[in-house]
Amino acid sequence: MIKAILIFNNHGKPRLSKFYEHYTEDTEQQIIRETFHLVSKRDENICNFLEGGLLIGGSENKLIYRHYATLYFVFCVDSSESELGILDLIQVFVETLDKCFENVCELDLIFHMDKVHNILAEMVMGGMVLETNMSEIITQAEAHNKMEKSEAGIAGAPARAVSAVKNMNLPEMPKNINIGDISIKVPNLPSFK
Amino acid sequence: MALKIVKGSIDRMFDKNLQDLVRGIRNHKEDEAKYISTCIDEIKQELKQDNIAVKANAVCKLTYLQMLGYDVSWAAFNIVEVMSSSKFTYKRIGYLAASQCFHEGTDVIMLTTNQIRKDLSSPNQYDTGVALTGLSCFVTPDLARDLANDIMTLMSHTKPYIRKKAVLIMYKVFLKYPESLRPAFPRLKEKLEDPDPGVQSAAVNVICELARRNPKNYLSLAPLFFKLMTSSTNNWVLIKIIKLFGALTPLEPRLGKKLIEPLTNLIHSTSAMSLLYECVNTVIAVLISLSSGMPNHSASIQLCVQKLRILIEDSDQNLKYLGLLAMSKILKTHPKSVQSHKDLILQCLDDKDESIRLRALDLLYGMVSKKNLMEIVKKLMLHVDKAEGTTYRDELLTKIIDICSQSNYQYITNFEWYISILVELTRLEGTRHGHLIASQMLDVAIRVKAIRGFAVAQMATLLDNAHLLTGNTQRNGICEVLYAAAWICGEFSEYSMQTLEAMLRPKVATLPGHIQAVYVQNAAKLFATVLQKHEGETDSQAAQETSQLLIDRLPLFVQSANLEVQERASCILQLVKYIQKLQQKNVEVAEEVTALFAGELNPVAPKAQKKVPIPEGLDLDAWINEPPSESESEDEKPKVVFAKEEPKHYRSRHTEVDEKELARRREVRKQEQANNPFYIKASPSSQKVYDAPGVEHIPVVQIDLSVPLKVPVLFNCDLYLWLEEERQQKEKAERKKKEKKKKREKRGKGRKADSGPESEEDIRPAHQVDIVTEEMPENALPSDDDDKDPNDPHKALDIDLDKLLADSEKLPVRTHRPEVLKSPAEDRDSKSVPQETKKKRGRGGKEKKEGKEGERKRSKEEKKKKKKHKEVEEELLESQPEEAVQSEETKEAAAPPTSTSAEASDLDFWLSSAPVPPAAAQEVTAPSSAAAVDTSSAAAPESEPDEPKDTEPEDTKSSKHKKKKQKKEKEEKEKKKKKRHHHHHHHGDAGGEDSVQNGTVEEEEPLPVMYIYSLLAENSYIKMVYDIQGNHQDESKVVVSVIFENKSDSFLKSMEFNVLDSLNSKLQRPEGAGPHDSLTVPFQLPPGVSNEARFVFSVQSIVMPQKLKGTLTFIVKSDESSTHEKLDFKLHFTCTSYLITTPCYSDAYAKLLESGDLKGSSLRLEGISMPFHHLLARICFHHHFSVVERIDSCASMYSRSIQGHHVCLLVKTSVFIESKWEESSLLGNVLDEIKQTFSKC
Repeated sequence: MIKAILIFNNHGKPRLSKFYEHYTEDTEQQIIRETFHLVSKRDENICNFLEGGLLIGGSENKLIYRHYATLYFVFCVDSSESELGILDLIQVFVETLDKCFENVCELDLIFHMDKVHNILAEMVMGGMVLETNMSEIITQAEAHNKMEKSEAGIAGAPARAVSAVKNMNLPEMPKNINIGDISIKVPNLPSFK
Repeated sequence: MALKIVKGSIDRMFDKNLQDLVRGIRNHKEDEAKYISTCIDEIKQELKQDNIAVKANAVCKLTYLQMLGYDVSWAAFNIVEVMSSSKFTYKRIGYLAASQCFHEGTDVIMLTTNQIRKDLSSPNQYDTGVALTGLSCFVTPDLARDLANDIMTLMSHTKPYIRKKAVLIMYKVFLKYPESLRPAFPRLKEKLEDPDPGVQSAAVNVICELARRNPKNYLSLAPLFFKLMTSSTNNWVLIKIIKLFGALTPLEPRLGKKLIEPLTNLIHSTSAMSLLYECVNTVIAVLISLSSGMPNHSASIQLCVQKLRILIEDSDQNLKYLGLLAMSKILKTHPKSVQSHKDLILQCLDDKDESIRLRALDLLYGMVSKKNLMEIVKKLMLHVDKAEGTTYRDELLTKIIDICSQSNYQYITNFEWYISILVELTRLEGTRHGHLIASQMLDVAIRVKAIRGFAVAQMATLLDNAHLLTGNTQRNGICEVLYAAAWICGEFSEYSMQTLEAMLRPKVATLPGHIQAVYVQNAAKLFATVLQKHEGETDSQAAQETSQLLIDRLPLFVQSANLEVQERASCILQLVKYIQKLQQKNVEVAEEVTALFAGELNPVAPKAQKKVPIPEGLDLDAWINEPPSESESEDEKPKVVFAKEEPKHYRSRHTEVDEKELARRREVRKQEQANNPFYIKASPSSQKVYDAPGVEHIPVVQIDLSVPLKVPVLFNCDLYLWLEEERQQKEKAERKKKEKKKKREKRGKGRKADSGPESEEDIRPAHQVDIVTEEMPENALPSDDDDKDPNDPHKALDIDLDKLLADSEKLPVRTHRPEVLKSPAEDRDSKSVPQETKKKRGRGGKEKKEGKEGERKRSKEEKKKKKKHKEVEEELLESQPEEAVQSEETKEAAAPPTSTSAEASDLDFWLSSAPVPPAAAQEVTAPSSAAAVDTSSAAAPESEPDEPKDTEPEDTKSSKHKKKKQKKEKEEKEKKKKKRHHHHHHHGDAGGEDSVQNGTVEEEEPLPVMYIYSLLAENSYIKMVYDIQGNHQDESKVVVSVIFENKSDSFLKSMEFNVLDSLNSKLQRPEGAGPHDSLTVPFQLPPGVSNEARFVFSVQSIVMPQKLKGTLTFIVKSDESSTHEKLDFKLHFTCTSYLITTPCYSDAYAKLLESGDLKGSSLRLEGISMPFHHLLARICFHHHFSVVERIDSCASMYSRSIQGHHVCLLVKTSVFIESKWEESSLLGNVLDEIKQTFSKC
């Protein structure tokens, strides 16, 4: 079982949090902070597993993470998951995001948290891995988008126009803030394709 | 009004959406909290509006704020509103918000039941998908109970996308509602063989999760998983299965033997590291389970260790980590094979990666021996010094203690060394493990008698320098050590004024209470020894000074805020004052004071108290007196004051008991001890003091307090190491001398290599240690189940899955009340669940009654609930037809699962490598499989795991086997009878005026028994009947099951089955066999016995029916002669045999018809007089169709060929069959066959 999936940036700001067990909001924030502390002090090029977040689950659980540019992707899993398998899954997740957002960067995640959630929901459901095949995940995500668009129809047009105007009025366009791209490393493990 | 709407929609455009919110927060970095609180106010306003789009937008923003840590549970109701929107976009927002913030305590969840149910049965697969995803996060026991049946129906949905989600969510349902596990399990099992890999993987996932917690219940699935393992190519699935096998093997060693080979093959062949690693892991698990009595697996161990070494040496830190992790598992059972890699592991200790160092530490635990313990610990102590970060240092500390204390201090040869290590460890600042060190000190001092003197000396130094331990920080950590130190000094000390003085320093008052208490108590003990020491002397000056010291210092403790300290101090103070008075009168008191503390304290095993057996006739739960009234009991709750108190101190209570009483008690105790054979008496010989060389030379230094930041340690562990080496050298030399002598004596005998590493036994401990074992009560109960957590949710799922389903086990099913007038919506509903209707047949009237009662009860409850939430719910219910929930029998309950005995024997059969009569193969005889076909259209005809085809033909069958078999047959016959009985009910198809409704049961005349097997060939010796079934796993294979029945009085053996292959259809022969070779039938037939064999054929085109010529040759062996016989036959592959019963939903069916891809054809059957439902049943049964929908006397039916062609039938009362198929020639043939079927009767 996957207990939680967290994405936060190099400063510990949460970008996505998905807990598959219930915690109060305060505990959730503590878990995110604790995880960030554990993960952020680790060097690059050391192993991607670590034991012992105290708050989430104790000794049974393991944190498995990958660090991409400005973001940490952390999966908290129990002993029934394969460590290398989860690493591959994170890779699949990030590559899927990359395909869906076309060169994903941190800003995409910041402004489209809901979309990230929807993509994640096609991969992991209730803490169990639903799909590992990237093209299948992308197909479903695209089908969702299509439905969304067809529902918005003409009514959606003015709203889109307004938001475009809003964007223009803003002194800083989000895409101009260069936080850095997520450079996808070529996976060193054969993944499930 | 209209203006308002327009205005509303224009306003909406300028509402903040999620992106605006995020942007806003980023622009208000300084006053983020303030900004967000204004945003929340805005959101609250938005939620008050009627427009659902506005609400959805607001909920979306709330979801973001929830991630930032804001509690949004106040908006739960609005979330439910958004969930119930008809637009997918909004619905998804609602479900996402719900999945992020709903939990079991959210009370609006119970309002969602109907909404979720509606979404689950929505024609839009994405609505269903979103509902399932959301539900998986917030399912509650109530939701699980109410929706279990709906989800179960979705498990056979036509869309794999829905199927896989439904399968996966079942795990959550099981957790919350364990009763659903048994009824749902058969279908879950079926999904293991689903044609869609995603669904299959989901099913594997769920079963693995279930099996991990309660493996024994899933052992019977092993053959199925084994098949999957050897056939699947999906690494993810393989990993899960292999992990599952790892959990199963400890329960069934035979399984392990079977696994070794395929796993080893995988290890050699796979390129995926993840798979390789899991294979190695499972092989290790297998080896552990086999470790007793299986000598021949050293090759496998070597392979594992070798592969792991490669992983550990890899530059990828992840592999290194996992390699070490797996290595530690091997260590438990095969320490020898790991020990040879000690160099590698020690090297890993220096790795820069903390995780890897920790794993290496784990391994170290198993690498120590008497010989290298000191060396390894020395290395670890170096690491302790270097370590940055307390967590790692603490981990090191616990590991050092673990390593040393493992298996009752087995590897420690010199306890002085160990004590000094412990003392050295106390230097660690800020460690959390003071308590651990303390308990080790106590344990060693109590249990190793020979070490006590030395321990006291060390502890005295510790006490003397207590300020160093407590000095800078008041942290709970290390000062715990003083607790142990004070107690050891008090208990075992001979004489030490200095220690006494140290224990009464004013600074002590800053220590935690429980430590102070021990100080006070042990000061009294020391006082007693001091008195005794000075008693004999004429000059009583010293003794009186000591008394005065106590009288001066103790008042400090009497003022303590800690009750325990205060009480003890005042008692002892009074006692000392009294003693002082006596001393002034020159009365000898020492002996009496010492008597207060006399007697040996033995260590008690931690579980001792729990294991005291309850005497017969004692009921611990019964009240001794009448139970007090509630108000009283509340006031009288005893408060725990003496926290952390160890039982050893109970003596303090008795300090004021008078002398006589004490003496009497001691007497009694001594007697008891004498009678107790388990009591280990203190022997005077144990007082033997350490004789290690050099002790005398070590100066007990009075330290200059300003200088050291280190606790001065009397011994340096290096010194011990050196001493130890020296001692061993000496011993070795002595031994060599002896050996030489011996050798000289027996020169002639070959040279023995004595230069090699000496074995463990050769190292003798430095001094004889008398390790006192812990005391356990007499006849302690040997129970080991102390550590099970009663709150584990998985405990409820420990359910036997092989037992037959009882009628009472069913999922609650929602049905419509037959009286309610149907609204169009409802009508659609009833159409969408035709599956259920089919299964609902054949229930007795009694059950129906019960169901109704249940319904009444239920609806009462509903009403109550409704009252409570009337307002809110009315709003919700507007869009929904009123539905009543009724507990109903599930279809699964009706499906006959394989019996326990059959399952068990299947497993045994599969596991045993010895040939067993394939009785299991008989399981599928005609009537039973017929029942399977017509009861559950969803169930594929072959739900049983395939028997291995490689069963060796056996020539000699023991009589034992025969008996067994006959017995089984008997059982089976009985079963068949029962099934036939069921059978009649199952065929009752709902007919009549209305369209079929859920829950309506109609009495109809029973169907005749149908026989699925048709005759193949027959002569005076043997009769063959056969049936052909498509295999939905493989689109080009069909399985022909042939039942051979011996009609003669002779024994039939060496049966060989051969078919002349055509271009289109070929008999599958084992590898290496020629195309004309015959297949050996894997059994022999005694007179009157029948048995079934299966043959696989591969077919290319399924459009045309086929006839294949074949021969069966066999030897008839009677008492006097044996003859060779031959029987020709023609195997008729009809087109229907390529069809597979596949369930289909009406909406999917409608789409299929609309798609226009199908070609139609029709057929009129003349002169059929049978009832309509018989006709349908016949078509279902003989031609593998399933009824999609039936209205009046018109029914639509569906089936699918093994190659995926759809076949749709419309059957009308006039017995006019209209059908559609993608492949017209195939269709024509099927219709012909149907016609034939009916012309026969």
